[in-house]
Amino acid sequence: MQTEPTKPTYEQCVRNFFAQLQAIHVDHLEQRWITISLLVIGLFVGIMTLDALFDGINPPSKVETIDSAKLHLSKEFAEDNLGVQVDDKGNVVVRMVAGRYSFFPKHIDVPAETPITLRWVSSDVLHGVHIPMTNMSTMIVPGYVAEITTTFPKPGEYPVLCNEYCGLGHNHMWSNISVIAKEDWKAPVKSAVKGGSNNE
Amino acid sequence: MNDAATRKLVLSHLWVAFIAFAVACLQGEYQVLERSGFISALDSPSVYFASVSTHGVLMAFVLTTFFIMGFGYTIATSTLKQPIWNKPLAWVGFWLALVGVVLAAIPLLTGKASVLYTFYPPIVAHAAFYIGATLLVVGSWVWCVIMLVMFTQWKKANSGQPVPLAMFATVMNAMLWLWTSAGVAVEVLFQLIPFALGWIDTIDPGLARTLFAWTLHPIVYFWLIPAYTAFYVFVPKQAGGFLFSDEMARLAFIVLAVFALPIGFHHLYMDPEQAKGWKLLHAIGTFVVALPTLVTGFTVIASLEIAGRLRGGKGLFGWIGSLPWTNTMVLSVILSLLMLIFGGFGGIVNASYAMNAMVHNTAWVPGHFHLIFAGTTVIMYFAIAYYLWPMLVKKPLFSKQMALVQLWTWFIGMSILTTPWHVLGLLGQPRRISTVVYNNLLTLAWKPYEFMMIFGGLILLASAFLFVYILAKTQLNPTAEVCEAEIEYAEPIHAVASLPEWLNGISLWNKVIAVLMAISFGYPILQFFFMDSYGSSPWGF
Repeated sequence: MQTEPTKPTYEQCVRNFFAQLQAIHVDHLEQRWITISLLVIGLFVGIMTLDALFDGINPPSKVETIDSAKLHLSKEFAEDNLGVQVDDKGNVVVRMVAGRYSFFPKHIDVPAETPITLRWVSSDVLHGVHIPMTNMSTMIVPGYVAEITTTFPKPGEYPVLCNEYCGLGHNHMWSNISVIAKEDWKAPVKSAVKGGSNNE
Repeated sequence: MNDAATRKLVLSHLWVAFIAFAVACLQGEYQVLERSGFISALDSPSVYFASVSTHGVLMAFVLTTFFIMGFGYTIATSTLKQPIWNKPLAWVGFWLALVGVVLAAIPLLTGKASVLYTFYPPIVAHAAFYIGATLLVVGSWVWCVIMLVMFTQWKKANSGQPVPLAMFATVMNAMLWLWTSAGVAVEVLFQLIPFALGWIDTIDPGLARTLFAWTLHPIVYFWLIPAYTAFYVFVPKQAGGFLFSDEMARLAFIVLAVFALPIGFHHLYMDPEQAKGWKLLHAIGTFVVALPTLVTGFTVIASLEIAGRLRGGKGLFGWIGSLPWTNTMVLSVILSLLMLIFGGFGGIVNASYAMNAMVHNTAWVPGHFHLIFAGTTVIMYFAIAYYLWPMLVKKPLFSKQMALVQLWTWFIGMSILTTPWHVLGLLGQPRRISTVVYNNLLTLAWKPYEFMMIFGGLILLASAFLFVYILAKTQLNPTAEVCEAEIEYAEPIHAVASLPEWLNGISLWNKVIAVLMAISFGYPILQFFFMDSYGSSPWGF
């Protein structure tokens, strides 16, 4: 009962606001320009949102934590479990550790035209990684696992570059990836070793 | 502006800003040279990263903050026709900020704070760096308080009257800055300073990055609003015409201030500590904030067209030729808009959510923000300085010809610097590297662009020094000729007699911002206290 008198005033406020908004002098050219602007913005936002919702086109955003100080004790990111593996379902999974100043393992082979899930962790400070001419890009924040799934369309030799300032040796932080034609690629033997956490 | 004490206050702020600017330009040219690797004697990551850290702090924090404070005092006293409220307090703000700058400069210049101006924990700098940066921000808060008090007092004394547009924009900016700086203030006070002093053992870099993202987008609007203010309140008059719409200008400032805040996650698109739904929400907000810029572009160009036609320009484009291109303010706005068109295009690419992966942390990004900040924004700082200087020092501008040359060279230099920078990004070059040592064929394609950037930087350096020279010569001119001009504000085509309270005040918008910030940052910040997260211990660099 007590809330009743406030409700109409709130409605009134909103109604007043829109009445005053309409009372603003807006030139017809200005009106047309604002309409065009809104349409253009709407188009961009629409494409982005539909792609995200229906095609799953998103930036790497799996919020998963890990103790960066104890990677060597974790099953998944222990040294002998790093690199390229094929899991039970036939998915190619790559586990990489970023540490001053390289990405480990320093060289990996992956198949072209195949979805690849890359899982990146940092053993020390903040890093970022991208592979030029591809959309493989993510930040590697200590305390978190950065996971990204992508496909490399073109075979070739690519550098893997650190793109976030991580100390005075930052320039020297890079490694290599060979993208190999699908039919020539062989799954590494050590794919028998199971990862510590599953990737679901 | 006839009050000598106010002029001294404003000049002190502007000189700090422009000296910092000149030093930072010198560093910029050294950086493009070092980065190119053409002179092997220069090659030194420790000097390079100390320089980049200082360049960023001087340009983004010192030039902007001191300029905005000085400009705000000028706007407040000239539009409200009131002296500065509590002048001693204004000087306290100035000295707090200046002491902060000196305190931060010592570790920066001695290589003890090479963490870049965006901090990057868990790497830690010397505590004096964070404490100095905090004092600079606290000094700017003093300015915000003075702006808000003067605005409130004027409204009380002139109830029902529209607040002059320039003052409305300035107060919006003060409110925006208080909200903006809160994020980084929490990061620095509760994470970085205790961490650097060894009071806490670990911090969560994910939380630190989220708090910094709170600040990182609206801070650029804090820098940009003085430029937009000049677009609306100085340019139409200087061009010889009228402001197209006063109310639309207010709406643009409101949308700018409100929507600049809840969208910071476009800096975190590639980060693992925030989920995709939140990123998409911020991405949509980022596109909304493009609207006031599109409206501003329309209003400014329409105002220029009115002026061009009043000056006898005919035809579809004839009015452009009949604009007073030799007026420093008009030339600046034309060059500024040109850079805004290209910079805005790049910004749309950056904002585009998943597509950001193609440019994230590549050379494209510094290319973009140099174009939009050092280009669009800073060229308007020049224009404002050229316009105000004769009134501040009561002497005519030393040389208008030189000022025009300075503006053109800044535009040309910035174009030559930023175009190859964007290309380098598309060719995959990371930002923030001091030299290229990757043993890969791809890097051969980078060389010619790095060479071009050296020339762009040289032109900019000459232009920056010419700017400071013109201001110094104007002030030190021994002439007896006294310049008694007053600031002229543009008149709108339709004068506003009265305005609804929400177009004339900030209280409603303050509440709207609070709600939007709670929605867009509430859960993303709280999540760090609920999930099993692991802190990072401090690392040197």
